[in-house]
Amino acid sequence: MSKASLIIQREYITRVKKPSFIIMSIIGPILFAALMIAPALLAQMEEDDLKKIAVLDDSYLFSPTKDADGNTVFSVLKDTEFIKFDYFYSYDLDEAKADLKDNDYYAILYIPHTVVSSGVGQVQLFSYQQPGLGLKMHIANCMEKHIEDIKMQEKGLEYGLSDKDMRNIIKAVNSSVNVNTIKLSEDGEEKETSTEVSMILGYICGFLIFIFVFMYGSQVMRGVIEEKTSRIIEVIVSSVRPFQLMLGKIVGVALVGLTQFMIWVLLTFALVSVAQAAFLDPAKTIEVAKEQSLETSNILTDDTAVQDEAVEGFQQMYSAIRNINFPLVLGMFLFYFLGGYLLYAAMFAAVGSAVDNETDTQQFMLPITIPLVLAIIVMISAINNPDSSIAYWFSIIPFTSPVVMMVRIPFGVPLADVLISVGLLILSFIFMVWLAGKIYRTGILMYGKKVTYKELWKWIRFKG
Amino acid sequence: MAYIEATDVVKQFSNHLALDHLSLSVPKGSIYGLLGPNGAGKTTFIRIINQITAPDSGTIIIDGKKLNPKHIYRIGYLPEERGLYKKMKVGEQALYLSRLKGMSKHDALRALKFWFEKFDISEWWNKKVEELSKGMAQKVQFITTVLHKPELLIFDEPFSGFDPINANLLKKEIINLRNEGATILFSTHIMSSVEEICDDIALINKSKKILEGSIDTIKESFSTGLYEFVFSGYFHKLKATLTSNYEILEAVEHENQTRVKLRLLNSDISSNDLVKTMMQYGNIEHFNRIRPSLNDIFIQAVEEASEPTTPNEILSYE
Repeated sequence: MSKASLIIQREYITRVKKPSFIIMSIIGPILFAALMIAPALLAQMEEDDLKKIAVLDDSYLFSPTKDADGNTVFSVLKDTEFIKFDYFYSYDLDEAKADLKDNDYYAILYIPHTVVSSGVGQVQLFSYQQPGLGLKMHIANCMEKHIEDIKMQEKGLEYGLSDKDMRNIIKAVNSSVNVNTIKLSEDGEEKETSTEVSMILGYICGFLIFIFVFMYGSQVMRGVIEEKTSRIIEVIVSSVRPFQLMLGKIVGVALVGLTQFMIWVLLTFALVSVAQAAFLDPAKTIEVAKEQSLETSNILTDDTAVQDEAVEGFQQMYSAIRNINFPLVLGMFLFYFLGGYLLYAAMFAAVGSAVDNETDTQQFMLPITIPLVLAIIVMISAINNPDSSIAYWFSIIPFTSPVVMMVRIPFGVPLADVLISVGLLILSFIFMVWLAGKIYRTGILMYGKKVTYKELWKWIRFKG
Repeated sequence: MAYIEATDVVKQFSNHLALDHLSLSVPKGSIYGLLGPNGAGKTTFIRIINQITAPDSGTIIIDGKKLNPKHIYRIGYLPEERGLYKKMKVGEQALYLSRLKGMSKHDALRALKFWFEKFDISEWWNKKVEELSKGMAQKVQFITTVLHKPELLIFDEPFSGFDPINANLLKKEIINLRNEGATILFSTHIMSSVEEICDDIALINKSKKILEGSIDTIKESFSTGLYEFVFSGYFHKLKATLTSNYEILEAVEHENQTRVKLRLLNSDISSNDLVKTMMQYGNIEHFNRIRPSLNDIFIQAVEEASEPTTPNEILSYE
């Protein structure tokens, strides 16, 4: 076995066997899975118990219609499985608020008599707990429609139109605008895209690269410092070239990073699937399945207008996800992850070789942290505007391209841009590894010397 | 026959000359002491042999061939700045280091088993290095140095960090290795530690070689006609006879005996002549020619080589 592979093997195995690696491999996916599952779980829990809402209707416009037996036949504020509305009249609001603590009502919905006349309907919801978004949406949806109807009737009367006429007019003018973004590809094919999906994907990819470069780059640096401080370095370099040792360390740690990444992806996927099956309401899953099936049959009915909108959003999201070129994104991710890592790991190795302990690294960290932080700042602006010139240039410059280009890729990037960026990154990491090798070679055998940038420059120019 | 033949080796660092036209000849199968104060250039020379750094000029021939990367496998190097990976297990680490020296896994394991049993440290195999004491770690390091049966062994200050018992064990092993045919280059600034085991030495001071040769020859050439004896008899008569040719440095009378230290002033007179004179006046209880220690030789040689150097400066290196 060659020396290089021996070194890579050692660097890899010692790190993968470390407790910290194993803990990270387990905790990471749990965190990711929790981030994905928690919102759904919370939404479900919120609806689990029945919430009784006391409605103080000063406008008298929302009272339910009852038949002779006192059964409700129609109400504006529809009761659901989880929400029940009770109506109170001539009940003072302050009094009601004072009573809320002691009775079993979840909240008070106060509808002032001005609700229709004022431009924007103002209603108030008092509760001791922060009410969920679902509840607010439900109330707003129910009321908006009713207030619209009332206003319509008033206008109809004003112009002497019958109810029926009004309805016909409304039906005729009712329209909604849904912006579907369609990306045109070179071969003339039209693809539906959703900027939200691209944004999220780009953000995740860019940020992961940033984290990985920092995490594993500093592992390389710590490894170099460890060899220096433990004084084993001189034994090792009497058997292998310093450059071989540096490269072996960089490659070994890269493999550790890739392993960790794979474990995270696989475990997160497994955990999410298991958690979905275990915690989430099976009925919900069926509903989702139903929505998926609706995608093909494009049935729209009046009654299900609200639901339709959701289905439509889901459909768009779904087709957008399907339209993203995942093999391309994944391939580019792996390339920029490795390229960016190699570039920075070489710099980290050079810094590690120049110092005696980790606290001395501060002075040399600036050239590493500034481009990386800059990349993150540009990334945030590039997410909103992936074709701006700032996004373009920072996705070409090798120090920031791994992060910034990854944000642009899900939106679709011209091939030429990608080629320039990839080519420059390859050239610069080869150059950086070579340069770092020169510093490393001299640095690892220097002890107890306060090294300056001037000194580093001298090392670079040393022969042999 | 010389195993290492270094000629006019020069190494210049940015602000000082580490080796100034150094030429050395290390005989095959000998223990060769490279002596000199800290900063004399010993470690630089050793690093050049190990190909960690390259000389600016000069040639180095090892076993008849110009120094080349293949020589690395034939050298075992125990540096002054030594250490092991703290978090790695002893056995794994020893295996790793020996495989870097080109041994196969199978050979390395077999050799390690032999040495671990020999030093009675087999139970350390699965311990982490950070759990070992400094001396214990040094033993492991020594094993990894000699494991691949190198023809050339380089020890840089090998005894630092060893207790006297283990230092003795090490000395014994070093002599054993020499007897098995290895050439040993031994670098130290503690002169006394090498007197008993080195065959040949070179003294280096301020990047230059100031002395080279076998210990016996060097000591002989620095022998300054000093004698010490214990005498019982008519010392005052002996004293009167001796004064013409000798300078009496010290004379202590105790009961009937006198302990005397003196220096020969005339180099034509042999020790036999001295003994003959003594026999006329009494009994010789004890007679000894004093040979200078390497330490004395070193100080003297340095003074001769560079007159302005004050002895204090050299002594302070000790």
